[in-house]
Amino acid sequence: MVAPAVLGALAFVVAPLVAVVWYSLHEWNVLANTFTFAGADNYERMLADPGLRDSLLASLWFSVGLVVLNITLALLLAVLLNQRLPGTTTFRTFFFSPVVVSLVAWTIVWSFLLQADGGINGFLSLLGVEGPNWLRGETTAMLSVIVVQVFKNVGLNMILFLAALQGVPEEIQEAARIDGAGAWRRFRSITLPLISPTVLLVSILTIVGSLEVFAQIAVLTGGGPGSSTTVLVYYLYQQAFRFNDFGYASAISVLLFVIVLVLTLVQWQTRKRWVFHEV
Amino acid sequence: MKSDVMPGPATLPGADDAPARPAASGTGGDGRDRARPAPARRDRAARSRRRWGRGALVALLVVLSVPFVFPTWWMATSSLKPMSEILRAVPTPWPQDPSFAAYGEVFRLQPFAQQYWNSLYIAVVVTVGTILVASMAGYAFARIRFPGANALFLLVLVGLLVPSEVTIVPLFRMVNSLGLIDTHWPLVVIPILGAPSVLATFIMRQFFLGLPGELEEAGRMDGLGRWGIFWRIAFPLSRSAISAVAIFTFLKSWNLYLEPIVYLSSKDRFTLPQALTQYVDAYGGPMWNVQLAATTLTVLPVLAVFLVAQKQFVQGLAHTGLK
Repeated sequence: MVAPAVLGALAFVVAPLVAVVWYSLHEWNVLANTFTFAGADNYERMLADPGLRDSLLASLWFSVGLVVLNITLALLLAVLLNQRLPGTTTFRTFFFSPVVVSLVAWTIVWSFLLQADGGINGFLSLLGVEGPNWLRGETTAMLSVIVVQVFKNVGLNMILFLAALQGVPEEIQEAARIDGAGAWRRFRSITLPLISPTVLLVSILTIVGSLEVFAQIAVLTGGGPGSSTTVLVYYLYQQAFRFNDFGYASAISVLLFVIVLVLTLVQWQTRKRWVFHEV
Repeated sequence: MKSDVMPGPATLPGADDAPARPAASGTGGDGRDRARPAPARRDRAARSRRRWGRGALVALLVVLSVPFVFPTWWMATSSLKPMSEILRAVPTPWPQDPSFAAYGEVFRLQPFAQQYWNSLYIAVVVTVGTILVASMAGYAFARIRFPGANALFLLVLVGLLVPSEVTIVPLFRMVNSLGLIDTHWPLVVIPILGAPSVLATFIMRQFFLGLPGELEEAGRMDGLGRWGIFWRIAFPLSRSAISAVAIFTFLKSWNLYLEPIVYLSSKDRFTLPQALTQYVDAYGGPMWNVQLAATTLTVLPVLAVFLVAQKQFVQGLAHTGLK
């Protein structure tokens, strides 16, 4: 019964993982058909490669921006939807709907909106504001990629937070209110600690997910302008499938894996310090 | 107390139940006791303040909805506009002369129906295959004690830690050496057996762990073997977990982008996400109305299914995150 899953994991996860480490020690150009052992050459090259440094920086900006915006907005939406306001179900549908929309489709629509003569600048001009060429400026391009991605997926995190919020016992809130705690104080001292396991989980998923961003970059900016939005995965794709440098691409893959692994482990280890567990 | 300065109703009004208020102020809300008019008037003031607060919150929700809803609306309406209207400096909120011409172009420029079918059948096969593989493995890991079970489970779980981008180079090489480039095989087989199905296995295992064993025990009494118990009893009982797995697996396959552009090269084998990016003119500039028409055709059916089966979608996708 476990055979398909186990053999599958061996053939399509473990073996490729071992292979990618092995390949990363080689000079391997597909077009030139070269495959020679090169030791740590690819890793030395990484240290000196400004392109890689830029892509790491781009990934860092993207991930930080995405996680901060995503978690904040998801929490805000979840708290708002937890107020038993009229129309809550409809709003929940609105916020969640982009999650089921095809990623590339969503990105194409936003790309259309963000053009210099696109919808957003059109509406800005109605207000007398001249909008920038969003996807052509380095800062605005990165900002656009982040924001488009946040709107796409924030609904999922919102639902996770909402489920957690609904598990916060009413009595504790009530007791705090009687003790004179205001809304913000109650949120910070009661709600947030009680939902902290969910916050941990959501941030792990969001951070790891943010490192895998590819389609949005490919469709929205193509990694540009310059290399400002060339995140690590996009750089990896370029090295492998545009420059046919499979050896170097393998080394970048290993780096990506190590980053994901370290991030996950660090968050897992530090959870005790800020995640509240019921006894 | 600093927090008392916060406008309570504006941030957390829903939880305020009116009857709780007088009791609270009676027992010792510090600031409240000082300014304490007739209880009735205070109550009314508080209630109207609360109503304003709730109104403001709803207004905030409306504003926040715009970036989630407007793109879809803009996509659908713009696909009905001719290019001249799309390129106008001041946008028109509604097509002045709606036409479906762009939809004809969608099918003329590319084998779009074929591409649609490709995406659809791949996603369905991947979903069915994943459910089978993951539920069997999940059941075995949850119920059957066999030597090395823990080690094997850990091995499978490695897949959770490996982003698919990390293994794309070796997988490409594997697919290439098998002569399966530009076929749908890698898009079907790898997701079913590889890293993407690990999460499904994990969810199924958690579900079966939580399933009471008595029913299966009854099956055993009636003489069912392992397979019989799994197929006749456990599998049918796991409908909620299966629908969760089905929804996220389908969407994941439907959205796949990196893998198709790496493995596929001929247009009639493309999947939808890949096809959508191909509507460009001779200079590489996008033909917006055609592209948006194709995008609309891609998005609307899924949105419609979502609206009908919303509860399953939300629970299913939330489920995958929580476990």
